[in-house]
Amino acid sequence: MANQENATSRPDGRNRTVDVVIIIVITAASLLCLMPMLHILALSMSGNSAIMAGKVTLLPIDIDFTAYRTVFGNMQMIRSLGFTILLVSIFTVISMTMTIMAAYPLTKRHLKGRDVFLFIIVITMFFSGGMIPEYLLVRNLHLLDSIWALILPGAINAFYLLIIKTFFTSIPVELEESARIDGASQYRVLFSVVLPLSLPVLATLSLFYAVGRWNGFMDALLYITNSNLYPLQLRLYEMVVNSQVNSMLEGLSSVAPVPESLKAASIMFATLPILLVYPWLQRYFVSGMMIGAVKG
Amino acid sequence: MAIPARPRTRGASRWQVKSLVRDWQLYSLLVLPMIYFLIFKYGPMFGVVIAFKDYNIFQGILASPWVGFDTFREVFQMDGFYRALRNTMLLNLLDLLISFPMPIILAILLNELRVKWFKKGAQMVLYLPHFISWIIIGGMAIQLLATNTGIVNNVIKSLGLQAVPFLTEPLYWVTTYLGIGVWQSAGWGTIIYLAALTGINRDLYEAAEVDGANRLRKMWHITLPGIKPTIIILLIINIGHMANIGFDRPFVLSNPLVTNVSEVISTYVYKIGIQSARYTIATAIGLFQAVVGLIFLLSADYISRKVNDQGIW
Repeated sequence: MANQENATSRPDGRNRTVDVVIIIVITAASLLCLMPMLHILALSMSGNSAIMAGKVTLLPIDIDFTAYRTVFGNMQMIRSLGFTILLVSIFTVISMTMTIMAAYPLTKRHLKGRDVFLFIIVITMFFSGGMIPEYLLVRNLHLLDSIWALILPGAINAFYLLIIKTFFTSIPVELEESARIDGASQYRVLFSVVLPLSLPVLATLSLFYAVGRWNGFMDALLYITNSNLYPLQLRLYEMVVNSQVNSMLEGLSSVAPVPESLKAASIMFATLPILLVYPWLQRYFVSGMMIGAVKG
Repeated sequence: MAIPARPRTRGASRWQVKSLVRDWQLYSLLVLPMIYFLIFKYGPMFGVVIAFKDYNIFQGILASPWVGFDTFREVFQMDGFYRALRNTMLLNLLDLLISFPMPIILAILLNELRVKWFKKGAQMVLYLPHFISWIIIGGMAIQLLATNTGIVNNVIKSLGLQAVPFLTEPLYWVTTYLGIGVWQSAGWGTIIYLAALTGINRDLYEAAEVDGANRLRKMWHITLPGIKPTIIILLIINIGHMANIGFDRPFVLSNPLVTNVSEVISTYVYKIGIQSARYTIATAIGLFQAVVGLIFLLSADYISRKVNDQGIW
């Protein structure tokens, strides 16, 4: 039996070499994706002498958590982490609320002016003012150096809006109509019928908004100069790319970690949240990509 | 004879009022989002007029005097502008040549995998780089590729070869930039192709087997043609975005030693506009890029309509 099944799913089973070659290539590609991260992880928890000697490759040598202790003991890093968590939470809630508020009415074909509203939204997918006019707007609104500069300008993603709208449209209209006949208001229909039926797509897009905000960097570079309001990515940029990591060592008298392991630990510090949620949420990302691809 | 006209207009306006009354809840939902679009999307679009003005912060956008195309004349005399434009187009073109085929190859190979758990695991690992920010990728690149301390050069040196200046020599920098692009995007790019691959008719493979085709021939004659429409659409979309370049990737990977090849429009606008506060010039450069980008996009759409009878949006 087993043999027969095998024979149908792999009709040319005699050509094993092709399978082996494919598995080798895919394994190599996967390793290539992982190895940089493994090396950074190894660096972040290796002893100073092993790092200086260049002996650390993919596994930590002389395991030593001093670098992590320094990073977690650094007020700036902790403050940036806290600020980023706050930022991502507020941003995701506001973005999802605004996106749903715009998407739901636009699914109603009978709504007067629907095409005009849609046109206004779609245009923004192809034209934008560009970096400087956006910067001047944020400045003229006195939003520089405030959390709102990182929330409001990107609050609605027109592409996500269209994805949600498409999904709402796919909900059988009879469900909404019967609720309306029972006397439910439009708000009520949205809350009690449409949203509960859309939970998967809402979860996916919340995730997209959240990851985008977590990884976002350019707007913070432009709009934030107050070091207390640095999101994690901007802090990391200062520390790792601009090599100001040594500022972490000020006031530390005991055995100090070398810059390499300190940088590595900072990188892990900022990546860990993504790495922790990614395996569990990966299928939502993929499904979101699929909805988008079908739409686009 | 004029009588029929009056009831019609009155009826229409009454009907409009009625629909406003009936749908007021729907309209009320739209208010905030529309204000958002007008302020944060159309505001900056209007702000582009400062490219044609002698913008002065104290006078504001409206009161600043018009200067016509003077700013553009100035931009077209800047060497840095041409350098940024050249680098943008060149890096995008090379990126397209190198990064575009990778997801196709990977997707076809993934599609051939029969062991479910291995395929799932490989996909999970291959998609991961897409979710890591460019700042982190840049930080990792600096650590791994540094000429003196990086692990990659340690390995190269242990093989008795010369250390490679991955990030500090222009030619190597371009290679590094492209390689990191492949690393970040190849896995995630397979998703669309994998979806297209599931749409290929199984009977075709069986028919090919009856004719004695081997695995490679089936990949070449059935799988590849099966996803050809997807490849063409994505290729056209990519060409349409040729004049646009992200900010994070070139900004994070570049350093003063390689500005000659790493300075692109987005980073140049940042340098001129934000760091030197020359708002008019920077806005004009941004507008120029937007216009060139639009020409590319419209051309791509035109080609797409010719090839596929379908636009790209």
